[in-house]
Amino acid sequence: MNPLMNYLGQLRKSKIGLVGWGIILTFVFIAIFAPLISPYNPNAISGAYYQHPSMLHLFGTNQEGQDLFSQNMYGTRIPLIVGTTAALVAVVLGLLVGLFSGYFGGVPDEILMRITDFFLVVPAIVLMIVISALIGGTLTNVILIIGGLSWPMTARVVRSMVLSIKEWPFVEVAKSSNGSSLYIMFKHILPNVMPVVFANAALSVANAIFTQAALVFIGVGDVTDLSWGNIMHFAYINGTITTGIWWYMIPPGIFIVLLTVGFIFLSTSFETIFNPRTRRI
Amino acid sequence: MSLSNLSYILRRTVSAVLTIFAIIILNFILFRLLPGDPITLLYRSPALTQHQINLLTEEFGLNQPLWIQFVIFFKNSLMGNFGISFFYKQPVTSIIIPAIKNSLILLIPANLMAILLGMFTGAISAWHRGKKIDSTILGTSLALYAMPTFWLGSMLIVVALHVGNIPVEGMYSIGVLNQSAIIRFWDLLGHLALPLITLTLVLYGEFTIVMRNSLLDVLSEDFILTAKAKGATDSRILWRHAFPNGLLPLVSLIAISFGLVIGGVIFTEIVFSWPGIGFVTYTAIFMRDYPVLQGAFFLITITVVLANYFADFVYSYIDPRIRYR
Amino acid sequence: MLEIRDLVVKYKTSKGSVSAVDRISLEIDKGTIFGLVGESGSGKTTLGLSILRILSPNASIESGDILVSGTNITRLKEREMRNWRGKKIAMVFQGAMSSLNPLMTVEEQVAEPLIIHENMERSLAKRKARDNLANVGLGENILKRYPHELSGGMKQRVVIAMAIIGHPELLIADEPTTALDVVTQHRIMKLFKALRDEYGITIIMISHDLPIVAEVANSMAIMYGGKISEVGNAREVVTKSKHPYTQGLIKSIPNPKSSEVIRGIPGEPVSLVNPSPGCRFYDRCSFRRDICKTYDYNPAVLDGQHKVYCNLYEAGKQ
Ligand SMILES: Nc1ncnc2c1ncn2[C@@H]1O[C@H](COP(=O)(O)OP(=O)(O)OP(=O)(O)O)[C@@H](O)[C@H]1O
Ligand code: SF4
Ligand SMILES: [Mg+2]
Repeated sequence: MNPLMNYLGQLRKSKIGLVGWGIILTFVFIAIFAPLISPYNPNAISGAYYQHPSMLHLFGTNQEGQDLFSQNMYGTRIPLIVGTTAALVAVVLGLLVGLFSGYFGGVPDEILMRITDFFLVVPAIVLMIVISALIGGTLTNVILIIGGLSWPMTARVVRSMVLSIKEWPFVEVAKSSNGSSLYIMFKHILPNVMPVVFANAALSVANAIFTQAALVFIGVGDVTDLSWGNIMHFAYINGTITTGIWWYMIPPGIFIVLLTVGFIFLSTSFETIFNPRTRRI
Repeated sequence: MSLSNLSYILRRTVSAVLTIFAIIILNFILFRLLPGDPITLLYRSPALTQHQINLLTEEFGLNQPLWIQFVIFFKNSLMGNFGISFFYKQPVTSIIIPAIKNSLILLIPANLMAILLGMFTGAISAWHRGKKIDSTILGTSLALYAMPTFWLGSMLIVVALHVGNIPVEGMYSIGVLNQSAIIRFWDLLGHLALPLITLTLVLYGEFTIVMRNSLLDVLSEDFILTAKAKGATDSRILWRHAFPNGLLPLVSLIAISFGLVIGGVIFTEIVFSWPGIGFVTYTAIFMRDYPVLQGAFFLITITVVLANYFADFVYSYIDPRIRYR
Repeated sequence: MLEIRDLVVKYKTSKGSVSAVDRISLEIDKGTIFGLVGESGSGKTTLGLSILRILSPNASIESGDILVSGTNITRLKEREMRNWRGKKIAMVFQGAMSSLNPLMTVEEQVAEPLIIHENMERSLAKRKARDNLANVGLGENILKRYPHELSGGMKQRVVIAMAIIGHPELLIADEPTTALDVVTQHRIMKLFKALRDEYGITIIMISHDLPIVAEVANSMAIMYGGKISEVGNAREVVTKSKHPYTQGLIKSIPNPKSSEVIRGIPGEPVSLVNPSPGCRFYDRCSFRRDICKTYDYNPAVLDGQHKVYCNLYEAGKQ
């Protein structure tokens, strides 16, 4: 059966999966309809600065007097964009490295795995901070930096799967009937690693969202684009935490937790549906 | 010590050394990515005098061909010479070494506490799989895992300020450094409390989830059934048979999660202005103090590699299957 | 010694409820070896696990009684049952390869039942473990070893030593010789015979290998689809088999002297998920009648203990 149909069919029974999709789609909805949901222009001064939350300003206002609710609604966009695109970069890279390494083995495998291990050992977040600080954290740069440094996990997982799939009878048959390597790799092996790749991709999105917020918070990301990390950055550098402006930083943090958990649930649902033996949560 | 044992140690050592070499190369390349050549960069730093710039240019061979620069850089890295801080105008090492010490004061107890807590609650969660206690532990861990460190820290500060007299900034109170050792120690403990709680909680989430998963695997293994068939009590099955086996993946995670720990440390230090390596990195970014940034990056990554290296031995000691390989 | 009456065990799964043991009744005499033979998935292990009451959490004993030396163990509290496990009833599990704790030495694992039940001092328990291992033909040099350092045959014997160290009255051995080479198989079988003859231990030997069981068993039962199809004196069941399934099973045993191609029983093993009433073997039986589809038969008692659960034989008649 088509794995996608299989997934959709089983999803009804997976509470975790439904909750995950529910959270994610809610935020996608918010991101798309931010202009309709937001009562104010997020960049316009819409009241006095540091207003407490009220019916006028649900989340209060910031140091400039901008409406924090509107900022948080618009701020949904960048995390979703960076999260998905960076994860895409990471997963495609990881998939290619894993497929190639696992399928061909030998010296290429050895070299690729050395590189993979190196990037697994070096703390990615530190490397990301340093590179962003050096070359500047524009939106594209941040996507490439996060994506370009987050592939090793996927590569490892894919490689170990390819190693076992390679031994399956049907691949042996395909090989002996001299199908080209590329054909076998993409026609026979790829479909079988896809479920794992999906699970990994969802986790990568969660990680990328998390990382983007961290980079912006620390000031090496793009602090001009509205995002949850950006809101927290300004909350921090304006010293709101220690000066009693407690409401400033709460919403974006909760949103990040929710969206991250949403993608973790999504990943779990991929795992449980495609591989019921790992049923965990 | 057997021959195979020796060869294992040798292999791990070679790989650690190679990794360190690779890090030095990466470090060199990274800081050449900067727009403009290093000398013009020096001129851009208002803190340096012409004389200092000349000295630095000489010392790091900045007017020499690239490969000579690299050789000099390589030698300097190994000897811990990263030059003079643009901002503090002191040798980078004299800034970084005390910072590392401060970080360890925070990191070691937090990591230990998180591991211990995670180990036990993860095990209990797995044992009571599907029950209420399991969903509580799992839910908490998941939320903590998904929580940005700096946000959690900030929220704790808000609460602490509301409660009252809890230090939320720095390592010592102003003026306390002239006091007796005991007073300094208590002052330090007070300042340590919040960052320690933050870091412990952040790390706790992941350790718990991993321990739970690994124990679920172990509990479905045949030897658990064997233990049951022997008439072992539940607590004997859990703590004597399942737990040690469940620890193995956790230990290997602890080994590879120093990166995660470092991330947590950096953001905790920033929020609480804890003068550790993370805070130094943060200020270096702000001040565009590249030598300090470079030195901090090098020392952090080397620490992680070494920690990894030693954790491997701990792991091979715990698991007899590796010990004798 | 052991009496099972109308035992029903079900697994709850996402696809429905699996009747792995369906109204099984058995009697086993003290000091005999009882062979339990059937193909994969016929419910042999489930039956064994029910006697120790260590079924997986999704399984339950729905009805029926299990009497061991007169005690109905289905009525025991979990705490009381624990005292029976490893002491009065012991089990050797299918796949000895994975039944040993990888992080404990052989000596610790073999001694453990004594430490649990007799509260024995560690050093004394270890000494007994050494003696017991000697009984199954293993020397002192393996005491301090870890499971991954043992061969398959060694592990199997360690597991047996571990099971008999508490001097159980009943030993359930689940596929104790599968995956072992022929020489080792015979050694292990001899060991079981010795356990029966010298210590009077009652043994249930589970296997899908009929000839091997027939070699040592006093009596045996053939299982199919969670039910007994034929039971009786081991010799009689083999030489005078009556049930179509048993006959098929015996026909499919390779005969080294003839070059005849072995024919297995055609068809797939029956699914145990929500099974229909009537004979489980219906789909694959070449003697089937319409009545077999729905009629829930009673056993036909042939001579003595020999019983056949099949509509071809009416109760009491041959
Ligand atoms: N934990 C479980 N959950 C659900 N179904 C199970 C479980 N264990 C066994 N079953 C099902 O119960 C039936 C009987 O299984 P059992 O293991 O008792 O068979 P068996 O005769 O021992 O087979 P084998 O020779 O392969 O060991 C099978 O259909 C099996 O799929
Ligand atoms: S009861 Fe009927 S179907 Fe079943 S074995 Fe006997 S003859 Fe065959
Ligand atoms: Mg079985």
